[in-house]
Amino acid sequence: MTATPDAAERVPEIGRARRRKEDARLLTGRTRWTDNLDPAGVLHVAFVRSPLAHGAIRSVDVSGALARPGVVAAFSGADLAAEQGSLPCAWPVTADIVLPDHPPMAVEEVRYVGEAVACVVARDRYAAADALEAVEVDYEPLPAVVDMAAALAEGAPLVHADKGTNRSFVWPFESGDIAAAVDGAEVVLRRRYRQQRLIPAAMEPRAVVCAPEGEGFTLWSSTQVPHILRVMLAMVTGIPEHLIRVVAPDVGGGFGSKLQVTAEEVLALLLARRLDRPVKWTESRTEGFQTTHHGRDQVQDVTIAADRDGRLRGLKVDLLADMGAYLMLITPGIPILGAFMFPGIYKMDAYAFSCTGVFTTKVPTDAYRGAGRPEATFAIERIMDELAAELGMDPLELRRRNWIRHEEFPYTGVGGLTYDSGDYERATARAVELFGYEELRAEQARRREAGDPVQLGIGISTYTEMCGLAPSRVLGELSYAAGGWEHASVRMLPTGKVEVVTGSTPHGQGHATAWSQIVADRLGVPFEDVRVLSGDTQVGPRGMDTYGSRSLVVGGTAVVRACERVVDKARRLAAHLLEADVGDVEFTDGAFAVRGTPEPSVGIQAVALAAFAAHDLPEGVEPSLDSDAAFDPDNFSFPHGTHLCAVEVDTETGRVSVRSYVAVDDVGKVVNPLIVEGQVHGGLAQGIAQALYEEAVHDAEGNLLTSTMADYLLPSSADLPDFVTDRTETPATGNPLGAKGVGEAGTIASTPAVVNAVVDALRPYGVADVEMPCKPERVWRALWDAAARNGGAR
Amino acid sequence: MGRVPRVHTTIDGVVYQDEVEPRLLLIHYLRDRLGKVGTPIGCDTSNCGACTVHVDGLSVKSCSMLAVQADGCAITTIEGLAPDGGHPVQRAFADCHALQCGYCTPGMVMAAVDLLRENPDPSEAEIREGLEGNLCRCTGYVNIVRAVRAAAEEMGAPGARIHPAPEAAVLPGGVPGAESAAHASAPAGGGTGR
Repeated sequence: MTATPDAAERVPEIGRARRRKEDARLLTGRTRWTDNLDPAGVLHVAFVRSPLAHGAIRSVDVSGALARPGVVAAFSGADLAAEQGSLPCAWPVTADIVLPDHPPMAVEEVRYVGEAVACVVARDRYAAADALEAVEVDYEPLPAVVDMAAALAEGAPLVHADKGTNRSFVWPFESGDIAAAVDGAEVVLRRRYRQQRLIPAAMEPRAVVCAPEGEGFTLWSSTQVPHILRVMLAMVTGIPEHLIRVVAPDVGGGFGSKLQVTAEEVLALLLARRLDRPVKWTESRTEGFQTTHHGRDQVQDVTIAADRDGRLRGLKVDLLADMGAYLMLITPGIPILGAFMFPGIYKMDAYAFSCTGVFTTKVPTDAYRGAGRPEATFAIERIMDELAAELGMDPLELRRRNWIRHEEFPYTGVGGLTYDSGDYERATARAVELFGYEELRAEQARRREAGDPVQLGIGISTYTEMCGLAPSRVLGELSYAAGGWEHASVRMLPTGKVEVVTGSTPHGQGHATAWSQIVADRLGVPFEDVRVLSGDTQVGPRGMDTYGSRSLVVGGTAVVRACERVVDKARRLAAHLLEADVGDVEFTDGAFAVRGTPEPSVGIQAVALAAFAAHDLPEGVEPSLDSDAAFDPDNFSFPHGTHLCAVEVDTETGRVSVRSYVAVDDVGKVVNPLIVEGQVHGGLAQGIAQALYEEAVHDAEGNLLTSTMADYLLPSSADLPDFVTDRTETPATGNPLGAKGVGEAGTIASTPAVVNAVVDALRPYGVADVEMPCKPERVWRALWDAAARNGGAR
Repeated sequence: MGRVPRVHTTIDGVVYQDEVEPRLLLIHYLRDRLGKVGTPIGCDTSNCGACTVHVDGLSVKSCSMLAVQADGCAITTIEGLAPDGGHPVQRAFADCHALQCGYCTPGMVMAAVDLLRENPDPSEAEIREGLEGNLCRCTGYVNIVRAVRAAAEEMGAPGARIHPAPEAAVLPGGVPGAESAAHASAPAGGGTGR
């Protein structure tokens, strides 16, 4: 019986800016990206992809490819038709949704450029790529359907002729009397905002390796969702779930793009089965831009009603959401995730929402960082600025008059969500202070007065978001096919070291570090004595994976619960060893002692050894010291914050540069401030990029014009500013960590802050909107269009 | 059939001699032939820089060079930059949390080492311009810039520290409502509108 380190010396791990455990291998190239894996005998797969956005497949002839050196096999979609099934959509949002078949390789028709029609399997990646040209495909071109409004027009060509419509679903929501709110309001504004299509562009391209192993298969994939993928692979292919092991090794970013069940994953499994050999496929970047799902792509018609004093009466939102050619894993659910967030942090009498999902001949959309919530936040925060301008009111003051005050929490808004906690006043006050709001407004006035060709604009975004996805009960009510719980196992090894298995699968978020901090505190063991395992359905068979800012809130709480159970069991054994009553044994900083008598004590790591040896266990205590727990939250969590952006806009060239950016976020209690700050930085970069740089552009024939990194402007270090970040801390009430989630906050908040700043700079010129991305040409045209409207050249 | 070219190289201190197809890219030679998979591939247009290595001491995107062009060259990859990852740039990246998923990191580190060779005391703007050819999708670059600056100081640059790396301190996270120290720094020049 030995005591663990002196309680007085122990520094809490939670809240500490621990350097990451992940970094040593990532910084030295000792990584396991999927493309690094080469099982013995592996064959390489390459795909013949459609050059047309829409066409009927008349014939596919792979015989030429089979004659090429090194080619082992080649298949058309028709060759695999009997076994390939249909790619799954797990979120049919309405009972009457139009849900087309989605064969992993097209059989009869192609519906976007890049859709796979045949594959070649060869000894190496060069041989596979070489043989693609020898596959002959004959298409009958069909009309492309690129624009959503055109897709819904009478007589429009159909993406899926057998469905008779390009409308997938209409999903309505109404709360309060919207007609009365709008009719009775003194001011009603209507605006249309466009959420351009974005390409998630994780730095690691998608890759999959599948090997027959024993009676089953192991499939490694660059995926965010190995657990979901395993279930879905079984359901799509009919291969029994217990014969499929899915591994997400090191995964190089996802941002939602790897929350998917892809054609290539299904086909890798089928090819491994057909050929009884390991197979491998890694996308090229161009292939990825054309075929990995895109994000956003909505047209938002927004009506806001208010009184002259600024009090909001109602909000009405009509969305067109571009599904692309098929419904993938949660394609239709993305705009619905946003449905509840349009009212933002504001109180109002009524809210009405309707979303129409539209098919087009483009690659499907699906989750991209924020997934519905950035779109909603953009709309409300943009139109709040327009309302402020209409009312002649400072946009911050308009927000103050309408937001939920800190003493009003918990608050159930018109969106139907109950916000559990928050303090918008304090986050805003801190942001205003760091930003120098009044000074910048004074400078703006001076520049306007002087007619400076470079104008200053100030943009505001006071946001909240729902994360910690998600209460399973709510997901069920929304017709989602699975739950939102998370699982953890905590096992103490005989030597006192700890293995933690988490069902939440990281791809850059630092779970190994943060989970170690949680466990170190809960079990009173050293941070270094904890190892976190994840991403392998054989190691951790239960899990719901990583997306929706859920990992710490849901997965971290499961770890806390599992630790509590370990401590409960250890307490019974410790009481036995201390010859005391369980009720009298206290656990502090890793050691058990009888209440009021700190000595003798027994450390939990020594208890682990006693539980392993099992020589002297009390009645009812089983050998080994470990436990499982699953956590299913009762409610979402609601990070919030205030972001302020100052831009300079050159009115002669249209060039926008971000001069300063302040983000004050309230993500609740923080486990590791270093990781949290990093998440905010990355989120800001992606949100700012939507505002200023990124756009997936298609031509009228449905060709993706931005199919390389040379054409799609991912911001570099030279394109982004430094950020000033700070936090306020209002703990979440729905989990023992008090955490709210941070993965998406920066992306959700920043896009409207930047666009509001651009429009604010140009408002004296009569500009009331600039469509995203606010690239120089768009800004310049907005200035000239405004000048023309105002009757004359500038 | 033409003669198959032969290349002699020294890569991370090991001598290699191989016959290669003339069209074989250096990055594929490293990864597929030599099993040196520490250097990843991020694009096919030489925009992302994930595959950056040093060829005779200069940073090169190894997707934009043929293996045959490396004949007679000494190549350093992230795997051979320093024993146990002990290069000041590697240490600074860990200290400043300048990586998340880590996929761009090998290339970013190699580019940063070359940047500091050329300019041992870069300003923030010079770092941002100097790393423009290496894309990161996770960090927003702020901590990468801090790390490169911190490494410059570690390596003896005289300039004043502009972005102190956050200390490994216990922040007041235990008190509800407590505010952490703002990681506020001087505003940057902003985007280049590339």
